Amino acid sequence: MTWETVIGLETHVELATATKIFCSCTTQFGGAPNTHCCPVCTGMPGALPVLNEKVLEYAVKASLALGCTVTQNCRFDRKNYFYPDLPKAYQISQLYLPIGRDGKVSFPLPDGGRKTIGIHELHMEEDAGKLVHDPWQDQTQCDYNRCGVPLIEIVTEPDFRSGEEVVAYLEKLRETLQYLGVSDCKMQEGSLRCDVNLSVRPAGSDELGTRTEMKNLNSFKAITRAVQYEAQRQIERIQEGKRVVQETRRWDENKDATYPMRSKENAQDYRYFPEPDLPPIQIGDDDLARLRAQMPEMAEAKRERYQAQYGLSAYDAGMMTSEKALADYFEECVALGAEPKTACNWIMTQVLRKLKELGQEPGRMAFTPDRLCRLLALVEEGSLNRNTAVAVLDAVFEDNGDVDEYVRAHGLSQVRDTGLIEAVVAQVLADNPQSVADLRGGKEKAFGFLVGQCMKALKGQGEPKLVNETLRRKLEEL
Amino acid sequence: MKITEELVDYISILSRLKLEPEERAAMAGELEKIVSYMDTLAQVDTQGVEPMSHVLSAVNVTRPDTVEPSFDREALLRGAPARDSETFLVPKAVE
Amino acid sequence: MELLDLTALQLGEAIRRGETTIPAATQAALDRVAAENPQNNAYITVLGQQAMERAERLQAALTPDSPPLYGVPMGLKDNLCTRDIPTTCASKILGGFTPPYSATAAERLEEAGAVLLGKLNMDEFAMGSTSETSCFGPVKNPRDLERVPGGSSGGAAAAVAAGMGWYALGSDTGGSIRQPASYCGVTGMKPTYGAVSRYGLIAYASSLDQIGPLARDARDCAAILDQIAGADRHDATSVAGPYGNVLASLDGDLRGVRVGLPQECFGQGLDEAVERAVRAFAKALEARGATVEEFSLPIMDYAVPTYYILACAEASSNLARFDGVKYGWRAEGYEDLTDLYNKTRTQGFGWEAKRRILLGTFVLSSGYFDAYYKKALQVKAVIAAAYRAAFERFDLLLTPVAPTAAPRLGESLSDPLKMYLSDIYTVPVNLAGLPGVSVPCGADEAGLPIGAQLIGPAMGDAMVLKAADAYQREVRA
Repeated sequence: MTWETVIGLETHVELATATKIFCSCTTQFGGAPNTHCCPVCTGMPGALPVLNEKVLEYAVKASLALGCTVTQNCRFDRKNYFYPDLPKAYQISQLYLPIGRDGKVSFPLPDGGRKTIGIHELHMEEDAGKLVHDPWQDQTQCDYNRCGVPLIEIVTEPDFRSGEEVVAYLEKLRETLQYLGVSDCKMQEGSLRCDVNLSVRPAGSDELGTRTEMKNLNSFKAITRAVQYEAQRQIERIQEGKRVVQETRRWDENKDATYPMRSKENAQDYRYFPEPDLPPIQIGDDDLARLRAQMPEMAEAKRERYQAQYGLSAYDAGMMTSEKALADYFEECVALGAEPKTACNWIMTQVLRKLKELGQEPGRMAFTPDRLCRLLALVEEGSLNRNTAVAVLDAVFEDNGDVDEYVRAHGLSQVRDTGLIEAVVAQVLADNPQSVADLRGGKEKAFGFLVGQCMKALKGQGEPKLVNETLRRKLEEL
Repeated sequence: MKITEELVDYISILSRLKLEPEERAAMAGELEKIVSYMDTLAQVDTQGVEPMSHVLSAVNVTRPDTVEPSFDREALLRGAPARDSETFLVPKAVE
Repeated sequence: MELLDLTALQLGEAIRRGETTIPAATQAALDRVAAENPQNNAYITVLGQQAMERAERLQAALTPDSPPLYGVPMGLKDNLCTRDIPTTCASKILGGFTPPYSATAAERLEEAGAVLLGKLNMDEFAMGSTSETSCFGPVKNPRDLERVPGGSSGGAAAAVAAGMGWYALGSDTGGSIRQPASYCGVTGMKPTYGAVSRYGLIAYASSLDQIGPLARDARDCAAILDQIAGADRHDATSVAGPYGNVLASLDGDLRGVRVGLPQECFGQGLDEAVERAVRAFAKALEARGATVEEFSLPIMDYAVPTYYILACAEASSNLARFDGVKYGWRAEGYEDLTDLYNKTRTQGFGWEAKRRILLGTFVLSSGYFDAYYKKALQVKAVIAAAYRAAFERFDLLLTPVAPTAAPRLGESLSDPLKMYLSDIYTVPVNLAGLPGVSVPCGADEAGLPIGAQLIGPAMGDAMVLKAADAYQREVRA
């Protein structure tokens, strides 16, 4: 019998706001424990939540980008449970009227095909704190810096059939949310976290099997492997005549296996009810239209346009759109008059190399598009040769130094003085009669030697094209 | 409606309250009396009535995304029954 | 001049005129507290030296233009957070808690020059109608120490009645300001929901809670409301209302004001003396130019069950944070995390709080949510609509505050349902989010105070105080 794996995803994405969802504490990553806290996010008696307007804006934008219907009358609900990472003993979330519903996402698959999956809902909620077990004291330390960091949770329909599809979707999701500027989606910092619901069924069946939920999947690799493992485990159980138990399982990266999480002592009965401390949200048609108009061109659209409009290869277009900041950089260069393919080449080779060296991200780069364009113009007009230009970029990149000033200060302009070049060429020809003779005898290599001698005499700064032409002409004149 | 001791047990677990056996019986009795009175609401015709979660007409009350200084950690920690210099302490809660 | 007989506004004026000083007034109040508190137990925390030091500082900064309540000593119900001053909610579970911040309403009074005498006793977490569920022992009615002062703001009402401060702030979720005001013979007001910021008020039922004044008369209440009302960026449910000039609007003129008497409030279970007193109150309003007419508001009968479902549901969630981890009291001898939660909460909460937490957990739990919680939200909508309709016909409604005058200590707790039913006249006002004021209007055969309740439309806070003030002018005249 062949089996089909059925997967649905719940993805938590941290929003890139400056402050928490319900108070004005910073969301900055790190920080000494409990230093990004106030009465609101530590659940002090009497403290009240007030919604961050940016969270709402970002959640609406994400809903629109994922093809969701935006709930124009929405509100928050309380989810009640006891755990030390949740100081109020309830999480403010959305159950009854989530901000987005019934979306669709289409994305390319590694085999060249495409897949479309449904988004069940998208809702806003607050993150919980961090618990660290201290084996010395055998106590758990509670750090509430993360409490109240804004999240959106994106719940898909059970539309995935493999781990590869899941990863392709997450890549698309990450790209989309980064392009919107609503999240940086860094898995290693936990700003994109994924729970995988998985069941198996005989191929062709319409019924869903019993599902398990897997947590602690913090890399694409972990997701692919966990899906494989868990699907196989369920199939084997069924084949052995056992039942799949509906439970939450934890992926253990080191052991390459999933394990049931210690079942909570109590039934899950979260007793959701409307959050009385937060008035309802109404999103008018005009607000929606305004936010829709602010939606940026997404990566896939850019990739197609770059190929059609600028003649970039699919690979190059992919590189230029791998991050929105890079695409913005490229487009600005083009807008400033750079030849698109040349700009693309320089960005891919030199700019990305420098960023890697410096450990920087494109969004934080000091080196501005106008500087790169000036450098390209100097190469184009022949004032700098390519190698020199690369050296200049190396020198000015980190501090965004002025290109012209640097070239002037270091005397790097190419020699284009025809008189000087003619004199040097004449001298080289006079000094190397043997090479001239070799050339006449058909040894083309000798030409390269003569060019080399001329460049040496010009201290490497002769404009190559001019030197070549002058040499050819003088040889003919001999 | 009948409030059984099993039901009292269930809601006690959800509420993190642990009643002694004789308290449990007393509580079940008191709750049953009150819940039976609450059952009179069934007499009100609420067909098509939208549940009213907020009595105020205000909507969209938000604040700007501007960072303000957080509280002094010591002020937040000082009332904790168990703590170290940086965190609140609880018995083992991590798997 | 007997300082303790003045109203808060009269004392403020005497201070500004130099007829007395803030330290003298503060000392007089503290002396009264020292004499009376052992009997009536109104205060949980008394700030003796701290209050005197504040009084001296305020006296030094006094100017002829100081605000009306500048230098007037007062108390706060102990569910209002006060920075660095213990705040207990009269519960063992908050033992040792000193908030790192102050409630907005408390801060606004401080800015207006209030002298805080201390924190006032109450029912544990404001759950009760008698102020007997406090872990610090019951409050007793200063008019008759065998009687309850009402609740949950019983300490606040008792303090004002006994001259242990000129006014107090309480909180009202289902009548917790108005009913004790009535039992103790003082004026107490629950503003429109949202009129006063709830930031720093330790929540019982967030959708119903509202902070308000208890004072000697309606004018004092207006002056206090003018100080504390208004939108607060820390409370998303607070609104900027037409406040700030309520005191100035009290002119005693009720010509053209239409007052409705819901028949349902004058039927079965109402003490005859209370009915007589409230009807006499209506006559006094007529004497000031109002017209009074009876009408029917049958949905009122469903307000009490609706109220207890919603209030307990929210309470079960609001009180979940008291778990022995971040603040307050923690039980000893626990084995693990769950045991820590169970022991702390079981030993830390009193019986009434436990009952309401369990009731609230029940109405929200899977399988019962629709029949109880959701149904109650629907009935609430019907009740609010009925009140809106009533205010198309009337400017004000007049009802008793409670069916009887203050019961004896210990009488109510034995039958919780009976106690809940006594909230029948006050809870609909919270459900509909309306302003209501409790005005003393005589006494029963035993000499116990009786209160009349005036209810206004949303944001009609000035109107209810104007009518209350007009009545007080009429009976003084």
